[in-house]
Amino acid sequence: MSSVVVRDVSLNFGTVEVLKSLNIEVDKGEFLVLLGPSGCGKSTLLNCIAGLLDVSDGQIFINGKNVTWEQPKDRGIGMVFQSYALYPQMSVEGNLSFGLKNARLPKDEIDRRVKRASEILQIEPLLKRKPMALSGGQRQRVAIGRALVRDVEVFLFDEPLSNLDAKLRNELRVEIKRLHQRLENTMIYVTHDQIEAMTLADRIAVMRGGIIQQLDAPQAIYNKPVNRFVAGFIGSPGMNFIEGLVDGGDGKPRFRAGDAAIDIGRYGFENGAPYGSKAVFGVRPEHVAVGEAAVSMPVNLDAAIEIVEPMGSDTLAWTKVGGQNFSIRIESEKAPAVGDRIRIGFDPVRASLFDAGSDARI
Amino acid sequence: MHDPRSAAAAAAVMLPFEGPRGPRPRKALSTRNIFIYGTLLLFAFYYLLPLYVMIVTSLKGMPEIRMGNIFSPPVEITFEPWVKAWSEVCTGLNCDGLSRGFWNSVRITVPSVILSIAIASVNGYALANWRFKGADAFFTILIFGAFIPYQVMLYPLVIILREMGLYGTLWGLVLVHSIFGMPILTLLFRNYFTSLPEELFKAARVDGAGFWGIYLKIMLPMSLPIFVVAIILQVTGIWNDFLFGVVYTKPDVYPMTVQLNNIVNSVQGVKEYNVNMAATLLTGLVPLFVYFVSGKLFVRGIAAGAVKG
Repeated sequence: MSSVVVRDVSLNFGTVEVLKSLNIEVDKGEFLVLLGPSGCGKSTLLNCIAGLLDVSDGQIFINGKNVTWEQPKDRGIGMVFQSYALYPQMSVEGNLSFGLKNARLPKDEIDRRVKRASEILQIEPLLKRKPMALSGGQRQRVAIGRALVRDVEVFLFDEPLSNLDAKLRNELRVEIKRLHQRLENTMIYVTHDQIEAMTLADRIAVMRGGIIQQLDAPQAIYNKPVNRFVAGFIGSPGMNFIEGLVDGGDGKPRFRAGDAAIDIGRYGFENGAPYGSKAVFGVRPEHVAVGEAAVSMPVNLDAAIEIVEPMGSDTLAWTKVGGQNFSIRIESEKAPAVGDRIRIGFDPVRASLFDAGSDARI
Repeated sequence: MHDPRSAAAAAAVMLPFEGPRGPRPRKALSTRNIFIYGTLLLFAFYYLLPLYVMIVTSLKGMPEIRMGNIFSPPVEITFEPWVKAWSEVCTGLNCDGLSRGFWNSVRITVPSVILSIAIASVNGYALANWRFKGADAFFTILIFGAFIPYQVMLYPLVIILREMGLYGTLWGLVLVHSIFGMPILTLLFRNYFTSLPEELFKAARVDGAGFWGIYLKIMLPMSLPIFVVAIILQVTGIWNDFLFGVVYTKPDVYPMTVQLNNIVNSVQGVKEYNVNMAATLLTGLVPLFVYFVSGKLFVRGIAAGAVKG
């Protein structure tokens, strides 16, 4: 059964179309991540689901009930904000119980829920403190707790980790995942951080310009991005793109860019090879093999190393393929030096080809 | 020498230890300082001189004043002019001094301040957080009201108050002050509430608080600084008002400023400069007190809108 259904939702601010007829179905217990660059409408969509913004058109269902015209408090949602949004004049306990008091729950029920939430999030020693006296990580825990005490089916996260430093972000990311496994409720999570998206999500919706570009499992989005935007947005370091031409014939397609010719006979075309048309060939830096391993790959080339970027566990080496920049991810022990000529190879099966005009996968 | 640290240490040893170290010394009597403090002192003197003359004169007897040395301190200090100004001096038929005007002003200022701030803060909150239809138009009209000269509205308001049966009463003046405080106070509160993080408001809505719940439990406790600013603006503004007081009230309920004018500008009898000075100082005491007590809070409140905590 679907937990949250967004049907044909559009939102306009004046003449600006922020969301364009979006459709999403989120299953019960699913972790859905809305991913995209800033201004793509992902937070706006979350606010629409929460009821903080009225939609211009379309419907929203939560647990099978049409909540399009309902107030946020009646939608059965809990929400966590980027800036924590804790009430500064209330203690942690006051923050957690504010919503329950508004709902006029009996005192012992409020106490029971606050106790349970603070146990789960390990914030019991902080209950009497004011938000000012908490660290960023603790504040975000309290903010999650405020959603937790509401005992709701659906959790909405609006970039909850973006205000934290890198180390804390990783810790809380794991904790959110643990929380999801323990509570097994539906979570919709907005982020612009693709690592968060990949690690947390059951499914990712990649958005741009108010439109969902691709809605799929993280691995599917990583391996088979539907267009050049998704391919470039997912993965770090970013995918290599080489602009060129598909030519050849008789079932033997080749991709030609400058002096390089790549045999793409093994590539899985969606609708057959479009001979003679311009295309973009994309291959991830981590899918490129070097040295011995490269020779056994279906495609291999000679490359001169121009720039080396050590990143700790790996090193990113930059070269040129067909006259265009091309990066390779190499284990740091095997890192080449600038000026080295090495053998690189990859398998077109793991690459992506996009139409040069529409940027769609071919 | 392949350890970079020892190489750097060796290089540092070669440099001299004497010479400049720590903060750079500053001269107390530089040209710059003399210029700045000189200018400040000059202007402070310029503004304090009239106050000095008033205090000194109010403590002198009339014979001493007639000698004409207005800058010289009193030979014989007397508080009689103060007593006379407060409780004996005559305006019109009443001879109970400024005390009547003082209590009138208190009875005008307190309800006006409470009423105008209560309404304006809710206005500002609604305009900042609940974007109702026509909010922008409403706000524009309200702000426009701040730029309409009072003279234009004087007579129409007289008629409106007369029709309401409030003309010449304290409550009529309270109503006028509340109305005229509305544009600037609403602007003040709206800007302050806009500067509070919007997510706080959203979180409170998810938590099920309504219009008044969010205002009373979330917004009010966070807005002490701006309330202090509004109170100071209104108390001093209404206390110092002369025009509305003289137009909309009758001699029995004249505020202190109007009564002061009637005392100082009376053309009959001897000009009692010492009593006039004392009366003026008495009238100015309330705003002066408010500024001294709340100056720091005032600055903090004004700045609070600009910087997020």
